[in-house]
Amino acid sequence: MIQSIEDLEEIASKKKCTEQSCKDELRVCIGSSCAALGSQEMQKSLAKKVKEKELQGKCKVKGVGCNGLCSAAIMVSSYDKANKKEVIYGGIETADEDRLLALIENDIELKDKLLDTNTPFFTQQKKIVLENAGIVDPNDIDDYIAHDGYRALFTALEEMSSNEVIEEVKTSGLRGRGGGGYPTGLKWETVLKVESDQKYIVCNGDEGDPGAFMDRAVMEADPHKILEGMAIAGFACGASKGFIYVRAEYPIAVEKLNKAITQARKKGILGNRIANSNFDFDIEIRLGGGAFVCGEATALVASIEGNRGNPRQKPPHLSDYGLWGEPTILNNVETFANIAPIIRNGGAWYKAIGTEKSSGTKVFALTGHIQNTGLVEVPMGISLRDLIEKIGGGVPNGGKLKAIQTGGPSGGCIPENMLDIPVDYDSLKAVGSIMGSGGLIVMDESSNMVEVARFFMDFSKSESCGKCVPCRVGTTELTELLDKFIKKEAKQSDFDLLKEMCVVVQDASLCGLGQTAPNPVLSTIKYFEKEYLEGIKND
Amino acid sequence: MTVQTDDRYKMVEKTMKKLGYDRSALIETLHTAQETFGYLENETLKFIARRLKLPFSKVYGVATFYHFFRLKPKGKHTAVVCMGTACYIKGATAILESLESRFGIQAGETTKDALISVLTARCVGSCSLAPVAIYDNKSVGKLTLEEAEKTIEELIK
Repeated sequence: MIQSIEDLEEIASKKKCTEQSCKDELRVCIGSSCAALGSQEMQKSLAKKVKEKELQGKCKVKGVGCNGLCSAAIMVSSYDKANKKEVIYGGIETADEDRLLALIENDIELKDKLLDTNTPFFTQQKKIVLENAGIVDPNDIDDYIAHDGYRALFTALEEMSSNEVIEEVKTSGLRGRGGGGYPTGLKWETVLKVESDQKYIVCNGDEGDPGAFMDRAVMEADPHKILEGMAIAGFACGASKGFIYVRAEYPIAVEKLNKAITQARKKGILGNRIANSNFDFDIEIRLGGGAFVCGEATALVASIEGNRGNPRQKPPHLSDYGLWGEPTILNNVETFANIAPIIRNGGAWYKAIGTEKSSGTKVFALTGHIQNTGLVEVPMGISLRDLIEKIGGGVPNGGKLKAIQTGGPSGGCIPENMLDIPVDYDSLKAVGSIMGSGGLIVMDESSNMVEVARFFMDFSKSESCGKCVPCRVGTTELTELLDKFIKKEAKQSDFDLLKEMCVVVQDASLCGLGQTAPNPVLSTIKYFEKEYLEGIKND
Repeated sequence: MTVQTDDRYKMVEKTMKKLGYDRSALIETLHTAQETFGYLENETLKFIARRLKLPFSKVYGVATFYHFFRLKPKGKHTAVVCMGTACYIKGATAILESLESRFGIQAGETTKDALISVLTARCVGSCSLAPVAIYDNKSVGKLTLEEAEKTIEELIK
């Protein structure tokens, strides 16, 4: 049982001692993309071979979370403890296993697989949320503790009051990373002020946005960090119970989280009287069912309660009337992952990163027509152009960039000529898109923007819960209208109707799904009107 | 097999018990039931409704609301084409269409001889490998149309 910071330090130093008996670590990425190519089998087979050759004293084979550069799957890195030097290899295949053993045994490098870490992809990132991804073994709580894990929680419990924790979060300027951007500290303060015997902390891990996989990576790579963030939130607001709502389509994330919860309970980090204080906190997992609308706060709560995920009118907000009618804090996975570093290093430290109104970093999932597909974490305020062209490596095969899309079905497209804007909540909103949860899709000249708009509208149509008419009927009508443009059979009046209907659906829908569903259409009309006009038949 | 003698119901019962037979246990219970039975047939839904003291309409309503739940059995093989944004812009539609025309069924359906189900996924999160399809739980990435057609023939061989 861990009862104090000293206990944590003891575990950390013990862990470091046992680790030092192994000179090096061979870190195999077991994130989704690498796992799809068989990295878990590779990790096991390497561990077995190391054992057979009796190299355990020399090297430890360890499975780690996503390192980010998914296009170089499978990624394996060797870590030299004495010099704190990591060498990363990409595109490793089963056939390379023996060469990896030669690397351990005789330091023979795999020169052809070496990744250059002096490129912007590695140098221009700033890792806070993903600080442990690719380093810590997600299956091992001690490894997390050895990397400053749970230190923030125990500091909060031993040295801080609820108000002080909330003050730190407010000072940090952290805003909700699910896309909305509501100040996290304010949200917590509201719930603290509401009087109630029972309050809840809910973590939204229902990443339904197609093209986004940031939260999945965090849950798979560093599950304890989410538990720690939630427990701190529980302490700050006086809640004793937390729920993580995870997509059932993410079995690895569910497995890692479950394992992490069990380990934390065993160590007394979750449960009653944590760190010998009066604070009780426990977390349970609830599986989602593949409904995008459940990313909406009230729908998510309905789903945890075992109902259809229908949103309801707000107010009352969740801070007053949330899960089972009790005051509830709902934050996204990435938001909770930011909490421990903020408490550990102070709100002012966090505030200094990023821009005035959007502090800290943001994780993006870069996909589409881009060289370096994968996950990147960058400070807010970096220009989109740097993000795409430098870190992302630009469009491959000499293609020309046409537009990027952020925010998924609720976001919009940003044309190439506007890429110099900074990445922050307000700048993205000003050009008709949103920050969203972090999916960033790059499209080259071959992409037809009307078809892209239709793709997202079709998504919203099938994900509409059907409760309110503007969204249910509107998204269907809009999809049909867009079809006419794609078939080049639209009339001028259809174009007017399309624009009008977008506004109606935005204004009259009950929840965020409907209110934002027209965004992809409106933003493509704004920047690529020509492509719509080409779909109009002239008689 | 009746409810009493079928061990699979015990698994379902276990989940409900763990969550105290509370009505909020419904979705978790449906997940367990689908995992155990492969899909959710009416008998199973009725059993869950009885045990959680919920109207059948409510259980059915929830089961049909979430895409993850299947009310019909899957075929012997499954091919899931990811239709996430990254896969979409890299040509997943063509792969899906070729599957649909090959077996004469629409996405989400199973062939009459129960040989194969052609399904779609919203996003499997392997966007860097786009386009991706999952054949009987095995993900295959960076698919071309030819490869997709070849893989499916091998699968049903």
